[in-house]
Amino acid sequence: MNRPQGLMGQLKRSGWLVGLAVAVVAVFLAPQLLDAFRLGLVAKYLCIAMVAVGIGLAWGQGGMLVLGQGLYFGLGGYMMAMHMKLDDAGPGGVPDFMNLYGNNVVPGWWEPFRSAGFTLVAIVLLPALFAGLLGYAVFTRRVRGAYFAILSQALVAAFATWVESQQKTTGGFNGMTNFKGWFGFALNDPVNKRMLYYIAAFVLIAMVLIVRWLMRSRFGELLLAVRDQENRVRFLGYDPAWSKVIAYVVAAVFAAIGGALFVPIVGMINPKNVGVTPSILFLAGVVLGGRTTLLGPVLGTIAVRWAETGLSEAYPSLWQYFQGALFVLVIAFLAQGAASIGPGAKALWRRLRGSPGAAPPGATPPGGVPKAAETAPAEGAAS
Amino acid sequence: MGVFISQAINGISLGSILLLAALGLSLTFGQMGVINNAHGEFMMIGAYTAYMVQTYLVKGAGASFLLSLLIGFVVAGLLGLLLEATLLARMRGRPLDTLLVTFGVALILQQVARDVFGSQPKDVKAPSWLSGPLHLGSYTIPWTRIFMFALAMFCLLVVHLVLKLTPLGRQVRATVQNRDLAEASGVSTRRADHMTFFLGSGLAGVAGVAVTLFGSIDFNLGTKYIVDAFLVVVAGGVARLAGAVIAAFGLGLMQAFVEFPTSASTAKVVVLLAVVLVLVIRPQGLMVLRTRSLA
Repeated sequence: MNRPQGLMGQLKRSGWLVGLAVAVVAVFLAPQLLDAFRLGLVAKYLCIAMVAVGIGLAWGQGGMLVLGQGLYFGLGGYMMAMHMKLDDAGPGGVPDFMNLYGNNVVPGWWEPFRSAGFTLVAIVLLPALFAGLLGYAVFTRRVRGAYFAILSQALVAAFATWVESQQKTTGGFNGMTNFKGWFGFALNDPVNKRMLYYIAAFVLIAMVLIVRWLMRSRFGELLLAVRDQENRVRFLGYDPAWSKVIAYVVAAVFAAIGGALFVPIVGMINPKNVGVTPSILFLAGVVLGGRTTLLGPVLGTIAVRWAETGLSEAYPSLWQYFQGALFVLVIAFLAQGAASIGPGAKALWRRLRGSPGAAPPGATPPGGVPKAAETAPAEGAAS
Repeated sequence: MGVFISQAINGISLGSILLLAALGLSLTFGQMGVINNAHGEFMMIGAYTAYMVQTYLVKGAGASFLLSLLIGFVVAGLLGLLLEATLLARMRGRPLDTLLVTFGVALILQQVARDVFGSQPKDVKAPSWLSGPLHLGSYTIPWTRIFMFALAMFCLLVVHLVLKLTPLGRQVRATVQNRDLAEASGVSTRRADHMTFFLGSGLAGVAGVAVTLFGSIDFNLGTKYIVDAFLVVVAGGVARLAGAVIAAFGLGLMQAFVEFPTSASTAKVVVLLAVVLVLVIRPQGLMVLRTRSLA
């Protein structure tokens, strides 16, 4: 790696500290600039950005197209919702919606979630365990590419169908809503809402730092190698499955934490938040921001969701077209998302000036996915 | 025993719907490696074509239905061709990206349908010669279901014959087996791609016209079928049409038999998890084309 010299070099190398400082300032500035309602929206975007950070790791770095993150988002969200419902109902109480659907007994598998500690541990461990077992089974069997994408979609479809069918224990189609407290904090208190926003913001920053660390470690290097040339990695004596499993588990845990924070912040969870389509829509921000970059998924997600709030209120139909066009245009013409605009423009500028060594049009931007990443002959009957 | 047979009939009927929905997908995915998420929306276009034909072109339900099958095939096929020629042709070798691009196309098509036809469901009248059931001893089978099965079999046969016997089919198979060699031998792989996609999307249109027999249609029609259609294709294995046939009827029968003692949604969950299990055990689906390529 060639290191730029001088002051600019210094700045570039410690750029992440500058970025971190900017992020922290932004986090503290937002509550001053936004009213409580808008701040709540931002907090919601941050939860979705947590899922996106995980997708960036699994898909951008690891080449696994995870179409089913709604499963983990839902697991985290529903576990949190169960605890909050039980907490609201008081010791030994039955959650209000169960009474409504004519169910006066709390099912056995709900009981452990009365404990705050158990819930918090379960939110992290259960999705991690599931993702680990599934990932191990799937990646050692070399299920990949489109097969893996569709498999993850099947899982989330199964989860959403099941949740929707269990009206008496999960709230069914309507899910759960009307939460009063969160670990003893009243949710209608603006101070507590602000606290939730800060929690979401710092959890997200922590996740970005974890991904940054992973990306720069030996593990991150191996993951990239697996993405681009899985067979070559295998021939070199590594087991590619393990690096994939780890990336997948991290993505799952991030999604679960995002889901768990989503519930107190938004105040509801239902199958519409976790189904097949929302799971694909988690990718929108990652696509826009640039899947292989560290911050792209976060900034992209916040931008997409912000636009959604603005546009879908005023012109719901226009928003659908916009969202569709985003997938079409960005993927077809800017495979690396907004992150490829900078290097692309640079290359174009060099080409216009006619300087030697200019990148040919359509060249992969630095750090981008080489074409080989997705050729994976397994995916068609082709080759 | 009676229950067994009636559930088997349900399962086969469901399987033929799945097969028809998945047949075109298995062509475009299996032969070209394009994962067309807008396949369900091509079905929706077929369904709305049937509605338009019946409302504006031919009033009689019987004639309009038959005509719709044809027009639905052509309309959806041409749209597929347009999609292939404008977008997907530039994305060769990036199957996962085609999945996301076509998801965007699907979102746009859904919204177009909602803006043009409204979000209220529309009904297409079934032909009178398909009304009523066939009495077979103590069992009754609705004619619509028999027709669906026949149509699925007919389409399967057509696709099989086109691939096996026509010059076009030979070119398509050559392109699938080795694109570079096919091109070097003078096969226009672009043309083969265009025709494959036309045929695959057209079949979605036919499936869309056919499902109007079973209920009203709305802009969401595609999303109801697309996940299942994908599952059929990957569970069967993309290499052979036979895989899709086995998977479609297998999943249809499983749904029907699990549904009976439990509920429709439990059966759905069981079917989905079964597909996951199939993929874990056989990562390339049931029917694998053995090659020496590293995969």
